[in-house]
Amino acid sequence: MGNLATVSTIMLYTAFALYSIATVIFGVTIKDKDKRSKKSLSGIIAISVTIIGFIAQLSYFITRWIAAGHPPLSNLFEFMTFLGMSIVLAFIILYFIYRVNVLGLFALPIALIIIAYAMMFPTEISPLVASLRSPWLFFHVSTVSLAQGVLGISFVTGLIYLIKKVDQTNKSKKTRWLEVIIYILFIFIGFIVSTMSFKLANYEATFEFPVDGRTSTITYQLPAIAGPENGQLITEGAMDSWFDTPKWFQGQDAPRKLNTLIWSLITGTILYVLARLILRKRIGAAIQPALKNVNLDLLDEITYRSIAIGFPLFTLGGLIFAAIWAQIAWDRFWGWDPKEVWALITWFFYAAFLHLRLSRGWHGEQSAWLAVIGFAIIMFNLIVVNLVLAGLHSYA
Amino acid sequence: MGKLKCECGHFNPTGTILCEACGKPIEGNQHLDGNDKKKLLNMRYDGSARRSITHNQSIIDKIWRFFSSVKVGVWLIVIALVASALGTIFPQEMYIPPNAPSRDPAIYYEAQYGILGKIYYQLGLHNVYSSWWYMLILALLGVSLVICSIDRFVPLYRALKMQKPKRHESFISRQRFYSKTDHISDEEIQQVVKRLQAKKYKIKSEDGHYFAEKGRFSRWGPYVNHIGLIIILLAALLRQTSFMYLDEYVWVREGELTVIPGTKNEFFIENKQFIIETYDENDERFKEALERTGGEVVKNYQTDVVIYRAKDSVVDSDTTLEKVVEGEIRMNHPLKFASYTLYQSGFQSNEFTSMSFKLYEINDADEQAIDVFTVDLMDPLPEYELDNGFRVELDQYFPDYILDDEGPRSETMYPRNPAFVFKVFPPDQEKPEISFLSIGQNIDATGENNYKLGLVDFNTHYVSGLTVRRDYTLPLFGLGAAIFMIGVIQGMYWQHRRVWLHRKGESLLLAAHTNKNWFGLKKDITEAIEDTKINMVIDQEELN
Ligand code: HEM
Repeated sequence: MGNLATVSTIMLYTAFALYSIATVIFGVTIKDKDKRSKKSLSGIIAISVTIIGFIAQLSYFITRWIAAGHPPLSNLFEFMTFLGMSIVLAFIILYFIYRVNVLGLFALPIALIIIAYAMMFPTEISPLVASLRSPWLFFHVSTVSLAQGVLGISFVTGLIYLIKKVDQTNKSKKTRWLEVIIYILFIFIGFIVSTMSFKLANYEATFEFPVDGRTSTITYQLPAIAGPENGQLITEGAMDSWFDTPKWFQGQDAPRKLNTLIWSLITGTILYVLARLILRKRIGAAIQPALKNVNLDLLDEITYRSIAIGFPLFTLGGLIFAAIWAQIAWDRFWGWDPKEVWALITWFFYAAFLHLRLSRGWHGEQSAWLAVIGFAIIMFNLIVVNLVLAGLHSYA
Repeated sequence: MGKLKCECGHFNPTGTILCEACGKPIEGNQHLDGNDKKKLLNMRYDGSARRSITHNQSIIDKIWRFFSSVKVGVWLIVIALVASALGTIFPQEMYIPPNAPSRDPAIYYEAQYGILGKIYYQLGLHNVYSSWWYMLILALLGVSLVICSIDRFVPLYRALKMQKPKRHESFISRQRFYSKTDHISDEEIQQVVKRLQAKKYKIKSEDGHYFAEKGRFSRWGPYVNHIGLIIILLAALLRQTSFMYLDEYVWVREGELTVIPGTKNEFFIENKQFIIETYDENDERFKEALERTGGEVVKNYQTDVVIYRAKDSVVDSDTTLEKVVEGEIRMNHPLKFASYTLYQSGFQSNEFTSMSFKLYEINDADEQAIDVFTVDLMDPLPEYELDNGFRVELDQYFPDYILDDEGPRSETMYPRNPAFVFKVFPPDQEKPEISFLSIGQNIDATGENNYKLGLVDFNTHYVSGLTVRRDYTLPLFGLGAAIFMIGVIQGMYWQHRRVWLHRKGESLLLAAHTNKNWFGLKKDITEAIEDTKINMVIDQEELN
C-alpha cells in the first residue's frame, strides 16, 4: 500500500501545480473585452486545466482512501485539502452557470492557500480513532465541506465585488476594512512561507518544561519566540525562547501554536508591507483597475446564488448529519461542544443574511460584506476552534 | 371593514398596496411599501394587505406588529448568535476537564482564567445554553416565527391565487425587468409564448395579454421551513420532560449481572466481556503516524452483553429472567432493545478480580511454596484449607484500602486497592500468625512469624460504563428537520418566475419578476424572444 500512498501524494502536488497554472491563465483573461466571454480561448484553456487539476485531486482523495482503508477526512490536513477541492468544484459548477473568468482568478488562489495551509500539518496517513469509525464520518464531513466550498465562492465574489466597488480615491472606513481582509490573507501566506522555510531547513528545537510536577517535552519546528512556561531549551544551537506563553493559552501544545501564530503574523506583515512598498498604494486600489470589465450585478447574483445553494447543504451536513452521528456515537444529538456551537452560529449568520436580503433589501455592497464575514466565521470554526478552543472535535 | 375599489372594478381589503387584480398602485397606500420614493414597485406579496400593516390600535396589534417584523426576527437571530458565541470563550461547566485541580465552577474559572474567568462565571456564561435568558431568546424566536408566518400566509395566498394576466400599465412598467417594443405582430407574441411554454412556464391569457409563470410552489418554501423549525423548538420543549426523555448511566463489571436503571426493574444486563482493541504498531499503513504520536491508538471499545427481562413485576432473589437479546455494544454501534438504547460510554480498568498467594517459610531462601490459594475479591471465602494441614483465615478484607484519620478502611466496595489481614494457622498450632498484605506492603504484625504470605498472581477485570437512553422526542426532531430541509430546498433551489406580455395597441410591453436568480430569468427571456423584434428587457434596478 506504500506505493498507493505515494501516488496519492503525487496527485495532490499535481493538482496544486495545475491550479496554479490555471490561475495564471485566468489572469490573462482579464484583458478580454467581453464581460462573459464564452468565446475567450484563454478562458477555455484555464477552465480545462482547472478541471484536470480537480480530477488529479479527486484521484488523490480516492487513492488515499484505498491506501488508508478509511475516507481521508479525519485530520486537519485531510479536511482542509478536501475543503480546497470543494471550493474548486463549486467554482467549476458556478463557472458553467455564469461563465465569469475573473471568478477563477480569485477562487483558485483561495483554494491554493487553503491546500498549502493544510500541507503544513502532519500529512502521513493515520489510523482512525474509535469514535470516528463510522460511515457518518464521510457523510457528515464531506457534506459540510462541500457546503463550505460553495459558501467559499460567495466569499470570493463578495471580495471581488468590494475590491471593485469600494471607492479607493480616498481613505475611508471601507478601504481600511478591505485592507484588513487582504492583510489576513497575507497572514495565511505568511504562515505557509515561514513553516515551509524552516521545514526545508529541517529546523528543530526541543524544550523541557514542568506540568503537574512531571517533566514534559515539546518540539518546535519554528524558532521559539513564545516558549513553554518555565521551559528549558535542550537542543543545541537552537534559538532560546524570548518569553513564556501565558498560562491562559490552553489546550494541547498551546505554546507551539502561539509561536506559529507569531511567526505567521511577522512573516505576513513583512510580505504585506513589501507589497505596499512596491505597489505604492493600497492592495485593494492596486487590484481595482484589473476589474474594470467585471459586472457588479452579476457578482452580487453569484454571491446570493452560492449562499442559496450552500445554506441548505450546510444545514444538512453541518447540523442534521452531525446530529444523527452524534446521537449514534455519543448518545446525544446535540452537546453544545464549541464546534457544534460554531456550526450553529454559522447557520444563524447565513439565515440572517437571507432575511436581510429578502425582506430588508440588503443587496450589493451590504451583501458582499456579509458574505465575506460569513466565510470568516467558517474559517474561524475550522482553525481557531480546532486548534484553540478544546473540545471533542479538536483532533489536529 | 372598508373596501378599496380599484378602477378595474376589483374590491381590495384595507391596506392593500397594489390592486390584487390589476396591480395598479392604490393611491394613499404607497408609503407602506416605500413605493412612493422609488420608481420600481416593491413586489413583496404583490402588495397585498398584511395584518401587521393594517392593524395598529390595540396592545395586541402592537405585539403582533413587533413579532411579525423581519427586523425584529433578524435581531433575535443575531442575539442568539452572539449569546451562543459567548458560551464558547471558555469551556462550559460540563466540559471542565475531569483532571482539573478543582471542578467547582466557583473556583475553576478564576483559577484557570484569572479575572476574566471570574467575570465569565459570575455572568453565568459557564452555563449559557441552559440559562433562562438563552431559553427566552429561543422562545421569542419561536413566537416570532409563528406570528410572522401567520401574518404573511394569507397575503401570500391571496397574491399567488390572484394572478390575472391583464395588469395595469403602471404595474408593468414599474417592474424591475421591463421593455417596450412598437409594432409587434400577434404571431411573434405567440412564438414567445410557445417558447416559454416549452420552458415549463404555465400560460394564461386575457384580451390578448399573456402571463407566463413558473415555480410558484417555491414561494411556500420559507413557510414550510419555518414550520419545521417550530416543530424542532416544540420537540426541544417536550424533551425537558422526564416522560419523553430518559438518561441514565450504569457501570457493569465483567461477569456481573445487574438491573438497568430507569427500566423500573424490568430489564437486566450481563457483561460477558469488555474489549479494547488497539491498532497494530507494525501496520505498514500507519507506521509513520504511530511513530510520530508515539502512542497506542484505540480502534474499538466494546462490551459483549446479554439483556434479560424479568418475568415477574416484583423482583426478588428467585425472579426468573428471560433472555431478550445478546449482542455487542460498541462505540458508534449502540444496542437497541424495547424502547431503550445502550451506548458504550466509558470503562475502568483498575479493579482486581482475584489474587493468588503462596505460603512459605520465612527462612527458606528459595521461598518454596507450601501451597498456593486464590482469593476471589468480589466474594472472598472466610477460610482456606491448605496442604500439610495449614489453614488460613481471612480476618479482615478492605476492597479499596485507605489509611487516614479514621484508621484503616475501605473507600469503596470495589476491589481497586485490596488489603487483607490473614491469620495463618500452622498444623497443630492454636495461636495463629498474623500478616497484613496490601499492594506494596507485607507486614508481619508481631515480628515473630515463621511463615510468610506472598502475592504470586492476580487477575483484573474491566468495568464497562454504559449510557441508557430512551428518547421519544427523536422522531419529532427528525420530522422537524426533514420538513425544514424540504422547505429550504423548495425555496432555494426553485424560483418563482413571472413574465407579463402586455398588449398596448400595436406595441408590446414586456415585464418580468422573480424572487431570486434574476440571471436565470434573463436567460429564459433572452431565449424566448430570440429572432423576434421584441426588445430585450432592461434591468431597471441596474440603472438606478
Ligand atoms: C433561525 C431561524 C430562522 C431560519 C433558519 C429561517 C429560515 C428562512 C429561510 C431559509 C427563508 C428563505 C429565505 C430566502 O428564500 O432567501 C426564510 C424566509 C423568511 N423568514 Fe425566516 N428563518 C428563521 C427565523 C425567522 C424569524 C424569527 C422570522 C420572523 C420575523 C422569519 C421571517 C421570515 C420571512 C418573513 C421570510 C420571507 C418569506 C417570504 O418572503 O415568503 N424567519 N426564513
